[in-house]
Amino acid sequence: MKLLIKNGRVVDPANNLDEERDVLVDQGRIVKVGRNLNGGADQIIDAARWLVLPGLIDMHVHLREPGREDKETVESGTRAAVKGGITTLVAMPNTNPAMDTPESVQLLQARIKESAQAHVLIAGCISRSRQGRELTDLARLKRAGIVAISDDGAAVDSAPLLDRALRKAKEQKLAVLLHCEDRNVSAGGVMHLGAMSTRLGLRGISAESEYKRIQRDIQLAEKARCPVHICHVSCAESVEIIARAKKKGVRVTAETAPHYFTLTEEAVRDYDADMKMNPPLRGASDVHAVIQGLIKGTIDTIASDHAPHTINEKEIEFDRAEFGIIGLETELAVAATWLVRPGHLSWSDLVKKLSLHPARILGIDKGTLGPGKAADITIVDPAAEWVVRKEECVSKSRNTPFVGWRLQGRVMYTVVDGKVAYRQ
Amino acid sequence: MSETTAWNKKDLLGLEYLSKEEILLILDTADSFKEVTSREIKKVPVLRGKTVVNLFYEPSTRTRVSFELAAKRLSADVINIASETSSVKKGETLIDTGRNIEALKADIIVMRHNYSGAAAILARHLGISVVNAGDGWHEHPTQALLDIFTLREKLGKIEGLNVSIVGDIAHSRVARSNIWGLTKLGARVTVCAPKMLIPPGIEEMGARATCNIEEALKNADAVNVLRMQFERDEQSAFPQQMEYYKKFGITEERLSKAKKNMIVMHPGPINRGIEISSEVADCPQSVILEQVTNGIAVRMAALFLVTQAHDRKKDETAD
Repeated sequence: MKLLIKNGRVVDPANNLDEERDVLVDQGRIVKVGRNLNGGADQIIDAARWLVLPGLIDMHVHLREPGREDKETVESGTRAAVKGGITTLVAMPNTNPAMDTPESVQLLQARIKESAQAHVLIAGCISRSRQGRELTDLARLKRAGIVAISDDGAAVDSAPLLDRALRKAKEQKLAVLLHCEDRNVSAGGVMHLGAMSTRLGLRGISAESEYKRIQRDIQLAEKARCPVHICHVSCAESVEIIARAKKKGVRVTAETAPHYFTLTEEAVRDYDADMKMNPPLRGASDVHAVIQGLIKGTIDTIASDHAPHTINEKEIEFDRAEFGIIGLETELAVAATWLVRPGHLSWSDLVKKLSLHPARILGIDKGTLGPGKAADITIVDPAAEWVVRKEECVSKSRNTPFVGWRLQGRVMYTVVDGKVAYRQ
Repeated sequence: MSETTAWNKKDLLGLEYLSKEEILLILDTADSFKEVTSREIKKVPVLRGKTVVNLFYEPSTRTRVSFELAAKRLSADVINIASETSSVKKGETLIDTGRNIEALKADIIVMRHNYSGAAAILARHLGISVVNAGDGWHEHPTQALLDIFTLREKLGKIEGLNVSIVGDIAHSRVARSNIWGLTKLGARVTVCAPKMLIPPGIEEMGARATCNIEEALKNADAVNVLRMQFERDEQSAFPQQMEYYKKFGITEERLSKAKKNMIVMHPGPINRGIEISSEVADCPQSVILEQVTNGIAVRMAALFLVTQAHDRKKDETAD
């Protein structure tokens, strides 16, 4: 099956390319990227005025399967992913059972094989049941097929345990995705600690609970000489600390999520639990710092932290509602609208954040459209505007903070392994 | 009743959301209801045929009784639901509980809830009126309204007054509602507490903050003393209590250095010898019991106004 994508603007920063080209795909691989390609394709997509991007890679997704299939499944989550232009995602290990044994990993792999619409890579747990007490068997988990480790949702409090995990991860060539939070400081908090939490009478989560832990974890990484990736950076101090570490030569990378460069604590005003996530929405100066971090390259990647929850877990008292929002279907468009449109990032920069850098951090041969590469391709109409509506969510859950937002940039086709997995 | 300002909100959720005019309308309406409460027969038929449900997720005797009396003096029927006896324990959500009460054709839910924002969430999902009787640390609008009503009654106006609020500001819905209400009416508000109990950004709500009680009382026309809640374990709480009393307690000595006729208020129940001395609680400037009396008139006004607004809206949609 040959697929020819014609007349699109191919944005492939790995090859320094941002020009009109045709892309020829055969047997799931990219054959050629060039001008005026022909060659008897079975399917031709006319991508004139559209962007042709390497398939997007979301490093931070909660698929909820196994365990909470009422919130999301591999099938529904990957359908949401391809609708959002994402061809590869990393499934976080806080499932039930958690991804802390090869058996659980195999269970999930079976589900992926049966039902995934996009590539799903698996992150394994750092500690057993993500309790932060006992290290998992990283060598066996690696053999089972994980690409990264994380206790996401929970931080690893014990420095000696994390130290051992880092050394093992380095040995096993596993990416380390760190959720940085000092729960002694953030205990009981439900939103950013500041003027708005005071006004609303809600317990706050201080910026300190995040950045102090990032600081500690970076020190451990430096000592262990193990690269680490800091998940969901939300505040100015964190950006500053990461920038300093990078300057010093520490191998640290960082990610943020669309809500941290678009929304502030102000959004919590009506006690809407679709504005509740961890880390929380911070102040306007933090949003500014996150955008600057993206521009300057301190923040390497954008991931959704897609965290589906049912209505029953969200349409309740703010304190009792679950943390987290969905984001697979909106992340590209939110980033395009809020970063590319105002000129903070070029499309090429954005492709780095959403595809090339994640591929490099994970150590996978993706993130570019070079010949011979897997044909994971995202085709976007950069001018198309659309409005986010709950009822149009493909995800099983609808807890998005972007309801009613008019976004610019729409995924027209998502190609996974040379096949059209989504079509607008 | 004043017809110049229309009240058009079906709910009373907090003073943050009200204009100066709306606050004054409640106070003026309460003025006329206060007259009713001093009659031989303390009842008017304005809410006859209406049902008020007191939905209390947190134990409260005085606020619940005050709302119950207010509703009864307006001739409404009153049902009391306490969380211990409701289906909350069976896992029913707040919104479902509210919808059931609405399906029973109740007209107003008066809700006390331990979580901030609960009243707002309920009001958003229901067509009937919701009156916030205290939500977490957020707001307790009728308490602040009765505080302000009492102050206005005593001093004739609110504008230009210096009012200090002393106590656990961080966890106080009474403090928050008072800050909004008083500042909207033109008073200057100072909050005073140990540093740990002053929440960040309180100045952005319009209050001045200090940890020095002498400074807070200097020039104050009134002081609102909040109830201090220490840990249940009396033994470990005792030194803390003594320390607090020494540094922040409203004592005769501190009163003697303040303005001569400084009004002393307290939302109750008072802890004698912890946040306020017995002598001060019972002194002539103390209006603590008058606050309790005024609470009924203020709550009558609140119930009356939200009902009117709700009925008017219903009529409009019927047209």
